[in-house]
Amino acid sequence: MIFGLPAISIAIWLPIIFGILVLATGDDRNAPLARILALVGSLLGFLVTIPLYTGFVRDTSRMQFVEMHDWISRFNIHYHLGVDGISVLFILLTAFFTPIVVLAGWKVIEKRVAQYMASFLIMSGIMIGVFAALDAVLFYVFWEAMLIPMFLIIGVWGGQNRVYAAVKFFLYTLLGSLLMLVALIYLYNQSGGSFAILDFHQVALPMTAQILIFIAFFFAFAVKVPMFPVHTWLPDAHVEAPTGGSVILAAIMLKVGAYGFIRFSMPIVPDASHQLAGVMIALSLIAVVYIGLVALTQTDMKKLVAYSSISHMGFVTLGLFIFNAYGMEGALLQMISHGFVSGALFLCIGVLYDRMHSRNIADYGGVVNSMPVFAAFFMLFAMANSGLPGTSGFVGEFMVILGAVKANFWYAFAAASTLIFGAAYTLWMYKRVIFGAVANTHVAELTDLALREKVIFAILAVTVLGMGLYPLPFSEIMHVSVNDLLVHVARSKLP
Amino acid sequence: MDLMTKLMPAGAEIFLLIMACVILIADLLIRQQGRMVTYVLVLLTLMGCALITVGTHAHGVTYAFNNMFVDDLMADLLKLLTYLAIGMMLVYSRQYLTVRGLFSGEFMVLALFALLGMMVMISANHFLTLYLGLELLSLSLYAMVALQRDSAVATEAAMKYFILGALASGLLLYGMSMLYGATGSLELGAISNAIQSGSANQTLLVFGLVFVVSGLAFKLGVVPFHMWVPDVYHGAPTAMTMLIGSAPKLAAFAFASRILVEGLQPLVQHWSGMLVILAIASMAIGNITAIAQTNLKRMFAYSTIAHMGFMLLGLLSGGIEGYGSAMFYAVVYVLMSLGAFGMIMLLSREGFEADTLNDFKGLSQRSPWLAFLMLLLMFSMAGVPPTVGFYAKFSVLNAVVQAGHTWLAVAAVLFSLIGAFYYLRIVKLMYFDPPESRAPIIFGQDTVLLISVNGLGVLLLGLLPGALMSVCAVSVQQSLLLH
Repeated sequence: MIFGLPAISIAIWLPIIFGILVLATGDDRNAPLARILALVGSLLGFLVTIPLYTGFVRDTSRMQFVEMHDWISRFNIHYHLGVDGISVLFILLTAFFTPIVVLAGWKVIEKRVAQYMASFLIMSGIMIGVFAALDAVLFYVFWEAMLIPMFLIIGVWGGQNRVYAAVKFFLYTLLGSLLMLVALIYLYNQSGGSFAILDFHQVALPMTAQILIFIAFFFAFAVKVPMFPVHTWLPDAHVEAPTGGSVILAAIMLKVGAYGFIRFSMPIVPDASHQLAGVMIALSLIAVVYIGLVALTQTDMKKLVAYSSISHMGFVTLGLFIFNAYGMEGALLQMISHGFVSGALFLCIGVLYDRMHSRNIADYGGVVNSMPVFAAFFMLFAMANSGLPGTSGFVGEFMVILGAVKANFWYAFAAASTLIFGAAYTLWMYKRVIFGAVANTHVAELTDLALREKVIFAILAVTVLGMGLYPLPFSEIMHVSVNDLLVHVARSKLP
Repeated sequence: MDLMTKLMPAGAEIFLLIMACVILIADLLIRQQGRMVTYVLVLLTLMGCALITVGTHAHGVTYAFNNMFVDDLMADLLKLLTYLAIGMMLVYSRQYLTVRGLFSGEFMVLALFALLGMMVMISANHFLTLYLGLELLSLSLYAMVALQRDSAVATEAAMKYFILGALASGLLLYGMSMLYGATGSLELGAISNAIQSGSANQTLLVFGLVFVVSGLAFKLGVVPFHMWVPDVYHGAPTAMTMLIGSAPKLAAFAFASRILVEGLQPLVQHWSGMLVILAIASMAIGNITAIAQTNLKRMFAYSTIAHMGFMLLGLLSGGIEGYGSAMFYAVVYVLMSLGAFGMIMLLSREGFEADTLNDFKGLSQRSPWLAFLMLLLMFSMAGVPPTVGFYAKFSVLNAVVQAGHTWLAVAAVLFSLIGAFYYLRIVKLMYFDPPESRAPIIFGQDTVLLISVNGLGVLLLGLLPGALMSVCAVSVQQSLLLH
């Protein structure tokens, strides 16, 4: 509660209500109104999340700003919201990106503008709900509801092969979710009739049950992360999604999976998590190394960044499953940084695509000659993506590698290879697109960034640099919660 | 006075019967232009029934006619919902039928008789009453399917429906006769007691049970007794399909739970095993075959088969959780199915049935509002929150897990995943594809209002499902488990 107001509920429902208002503006004759309304809604949506950060008490791991009301009393399901040091940052990240995608789609989206903007606003509220839900059913409702707007965004405003990508995205994620639902119901019955996630953390479970639950959760969360080998939907979805969709997918939606591991898998089934940590680490390392190599061979810029995302998320899962403070905090920082960086990269590609209608690296070359300002921004984000010290990308990767060394030198060795591969694929793409001789007349005629685009990139650039140079505001808030989680995970829950 | 109190529990049925006869005669005097009078009369009758059902509601369980008829909370609730479903069906189909020259007195009177059959089924406490209600319902439906005399598919569908329905009735009767032979009674409570006392011949009982369950499965339309469902759904005019696909599911739930739970509870270990097979097979065949359909009505037929399989999961799990969730599932399914068929009728026009998948192409560009409502209905059928379809699946899964059949829950969700694909395809057609025709959609204010309430209801119940869930659980608890 802030000033007696339910802060989290406002953060969830404000964008959704604005989304409905935007929808009500109707067809494309009212597009300007829809755009302005969407921008106002998303900015307000971001503003109302700021008190969650400033008012957050940093020396406790307890849930804060808790709201609890009866919802479905028959199953003891509550409308139960709250944040701890882990989730609060993701709520801010989500709210931060909504105005950016609204601005990014300002000019480019010309058909069904109201529906486009509304989808993003509604999705923003739903994703905040995912991060704030403390009741398993409430979590599940938000988790699944998230699919509907994203499905429409990819399918309606996407590229050539959008229908295939949208359906694949939906079914892939639904498979995981449904198994998770069974696991949640099982836990409800084991916990003596409570759906509170924090109660699940206390339930004692035998090893077999723990492993089965872990697998069910794994399907749900690994698909979202996405981990090797269930990552194949992501390149398709990214390539076909409109720029805004790619940004939200990369910046927020992938984080939901890792967040699930932190909130559900590790504390609910700690013994199985330890037991299967080897598998998780192996899959993470495969993602880091193998997917890194795959990224190297891509000819489509969006696909390249998509594979780079999978590789970076491999770092995150690695950091989580080595079970130490460096790894965990590094993973969380990596998630946030990856949100900024990959979001920014997709926006960069979007800028090029809007002008040239091509994502092929081969169609470009010498862009720096016609778009110098853009080239400078793109440079910064490319560097951040390859983990250059001083950018946000460095902090998380460095901490995860540090944590990995403590666990096993070879983990760290394999993980550190990303510093080479990451730099290779990102900078090589950058070189081919930006430098060299001007490839063709289209490139020569490119116009540099407009004011709207400059504003977006400037905000992101400041954030990326700021987080790289001074990560304390991000790490201090999660400190206590992370340590508490590690203590909890170290305790066996076998009966 | 004494007679009146005795007849009280069946007040709504008696009123309906009288009104149906009155309307039948009154309709003879009305010209085609004045058919609205009949229509309004029918709607008023439904309201009258609702008032009587609410007014005669008594706490606890009341028996009438020598225990042949029972009035309890579950019966009253299901009856109210059937009135609602029939009323919605009439409103949805008025325009559709008028255009096709089927908007006749017979249609409405048959609908009333079908309703009467359902009410008798819902309140039956005796094999004969059950059978009487079932046959009244079935015969009305056969006739309604055949109402479009000049349509070859409709006639074929009616024939198939009639022959297979008669076969099912035969099976059911045969089973009942065996149960009668073993227990010496036709009354559900007495049968239950006789079995419990151990005096009945076990072999004969189980043999009878198999026939009864088969007959039930026929009427519910679950695999392997589902052959008639796709043909009838496809062949019948959409208004009749809507009638067959909605309210009778509620009656079928009552029918199944009265026979299996009230009558044959002591044989639960036998019938729950049979239901497992029926449920799994229905979900598998229903969901997989639905993918291959290009006709929407046929697709919904297979989807019904899958949904009924899911409902059986609730029944076989037992307890308040199980029966309550099955009832909730049936209610939710009826709501969704009314909306889906209502949408098909809304998009139809003279000489054009909007019943193939391609007819939904680009609906979001022709009418964003209708497309949005259909989207809600489809996601609800697929069981995606925040629609009510999710809670229906959720409560059934919860019952299944609570009964200890976690593997069954896993199988159920895997089949729902397959099911999600074809619902998703409709959303895809509506939103991602360009429209095939730009013909304006003509609809009355009443239908569009109703479909809006129906579609938004699916969403609203999804946000606040608690009340309906509790009502179902309480009514099942008061009605089925008292005995």
